[in-house]
Amino acid sequence: MTSTLAPRKRSTVVRAGDRVFAGLSTGAGLLILLTLAGVAAFLTIEGIPGILANPDEVKSGQSFWPYVWPLVYGTLIAATVALILATPVAIGVALYISHYSPRRLGQSLGYLVDLLAAVPSVVYGLWGIQFLAPHMVPVYEWLDKHAGFIPFFAGPASATGRTIMTACIVLAVMILPIMTAICREIFLQTPRLHEEAALALGATRWEMARLAIFPYARSGIVSAAMLGLGRALGETLAVAMVLSVTAGTVTANLISSTNPSTIAANIALSFGEASGRTVNVLIASGLVLFVITFLVNFAARAVVDRRKDFSGAN
Amino acid sequence: MTNTLTPRSHGAGPVDVQHELYGAQLPSWAAKAVLGTAVVVAGILYLLGTNLVLASLVVFVLGLALPLWSLVVEGSRKATDRLVTTLVTSAFALAMFPLVSILWTVISKGTKVLSAEFFTYSMRNVVGEGGGIYQALVGTLLITGAAAVISVPIGIFAAIYLVEYADGNRLARWIRFLVDVMTGIPSIVAGLFAYALFVVFFGEGVRMGIGGSVALSVLMIPVLVRSTEEMLKLVPNELREAAYALGVPKWRTVAKVVLPTALAGIVTGITLAVARVIGETAPLLIIAGATDSVNFNLFEGRMATLPVFAYQSVRSPGVPPEFSIDRAWGAALTLLLIVMLLNLIARLVSYFFSPKGER
Repeated sequence: MTSTLAPRKRSTVVRAGDRVFAGLSTGAGLLILLTLAGVAAFLTIEGIPGILANPDEVKSGQSFWPYVWPLVYGTLIAATVALILATPVAIGVALYISHYSPRRLGQSLGYLVDLLAAVPSVVYGLWGIQFLAPHMVPVYEWLDKHAGFIPFFAGPASATGRTIMTACIVLAVMILPIMTAICREIFLQTPRLHEEAALALGATRWEMARLAIFPYARSGIVSAAMLGLGRALGETLAVAMVLSVTAGTVTANLISSTNPSTIAANIALSFGEASGRTVNVLIASGLVLFVITFLVNFAARAVVDRRKDFSGAN
Repeated sequence: MTNTLTPRSHGAGPVDVQHELYGAQLPSWAAKAVLGTAVVVAGILYLLGTNLVLASLVVFVLGLALPLWSLVVEGSRKATDRLVTTLVTSAFALAMFPLVSILWTVISKGTKVLSAEFFTYSMRNVVGEGGGIYQALVGTLLITGAAAVISVPIGIFAAIYLVEYADGNRLARWIRFLVDVMTGIPSIVAGLFAYALFVVFFGEGVRMGIGGSVALSVLMIPVLVRSTEEMLKLVPNELREAAYALGVPKWRTVAKVVLPTALAGIVTGITLAVARVIGETAPLLIIAGATDSVNFNLFEGRMATLPVFAYQSVRSPGVPPEFSIDRAWGAALTLLLIVMLLNLIARLVSYFFSPKGER
């Protein structure tokens, strides 16, 4: 055997092309890691002076944490309400497309929902401010009159409709496509045998969904919701356009004309006129947003990935 | 079966097997009848002047008659099933409502202003009526083009690394995971990153078209990596092995066998990624700024883009505001058309040019 191995030494030539190609592709992979690290690093470098800034150096006249807290609150409440609105609809739509619609139509209906994802956020903003907000005014007045005892609808109802509730509805529509897409994929992955076993035992279609599909898809639904939450947290323009903001508000009231802003919308609205330390404060608030969305996405992806090992999809 | 059924019939007459096995059922036309009645009633109300939302609510409420009817005839399990079917179908209808509404509003308000002048004039020195979106079109095409030039090679090579070179090692798993996390970076954070990066080199208050491209690349690369990776994985291993067996070096195998096979899918992925970032507003607002003049130089000065133009026109419309808001709708329609066109191209490419083997 040794005699046949000896000549192979000559044939293992490493070609220059191979080395270049391997280098290029490894470099590209590393560059992605570098970019992510760079995002965190540059935001930190430019943000730290903002966090440490003196109150009299910045436009708002506040030090960083009191300034950013109402924004964090607004971001979280807008995203949470949007998520509460969107989740049942997304599950329903996904279930309709995967199990209720005529089989041949399913895919085209999926495209229709994906179209919602293709609409640019500025168009959502325009639609929200010019169409949705005026149409929501009577609803808010009704809520104020009949459900005013609930703190969320305490009123007085906004006359323009540019409330955080309107922003939440727009956000809910915007995160609907991604949540639907993920739920649909997962519902379709349910083992056929489970479904048919349930039906064969006499389950109705709903009992089949409850007994076979939902237990299988639970973690997928959770991660879809968290990815939707991540999107809603970071959405900028639609909120910036729709919302009529009062700086520093912290309120549970969803339908009045004094609304908390969100981090992203606040950056978009203030960045143009900002200068000096104020810019650093805005970048620091962006860093806070980055950390929040990174954690949410990280958790969501970790759930998806863990689930991948157990699913019978492969 | 017959001998188990006979004892129960107590002798008198033939057994109604159908009834024995199934129990009471609604007639097969029940669902259609209820839906039809609901739509007709709502239609009449709409014609009498109720608004569309209330009319849709009426359809929904009348639709609930079906589960109630079922509860009386078929019992609670079937009724729950029908209730859920009604709810799930309504959820779909509800999701279609904003889509139709957005398309309708944008098209009806946007088509008013579309004209040759609208596409070929800039906003320089325009007050009130007239002017156009030429500067924004130029800016959008240049910035998005540059973003594609930056991110396409990086995205494709990273995908090649993941599929061809990494063999699922720990680095590859981390890259894949972080790419997924990166798809969730808020666009405004990408804009701030580009600003923070450029401030280090160019000083405070920097506004530059290429900065917008960098920000868009951060958003585009993860999308590209994922779609390209999926496509490369679909290339059958037999093709690679055949090439290796012929003595073709690895890099030539990738360049001449794997990439051409996956080309249609990769092009589709690129088109969809471009369609995704072309509508991004927030990062461009921060780093590219806005201007009324045409600017062809990516490396110098502010640059207008379609989404930012639409945003600014609504934000600070000037007096009288109508013209500016009309222009915003026009820009939104143009943007929407570009995005839809890109999506259509992507679908066509994947439909006509994907490899036809194994069918």
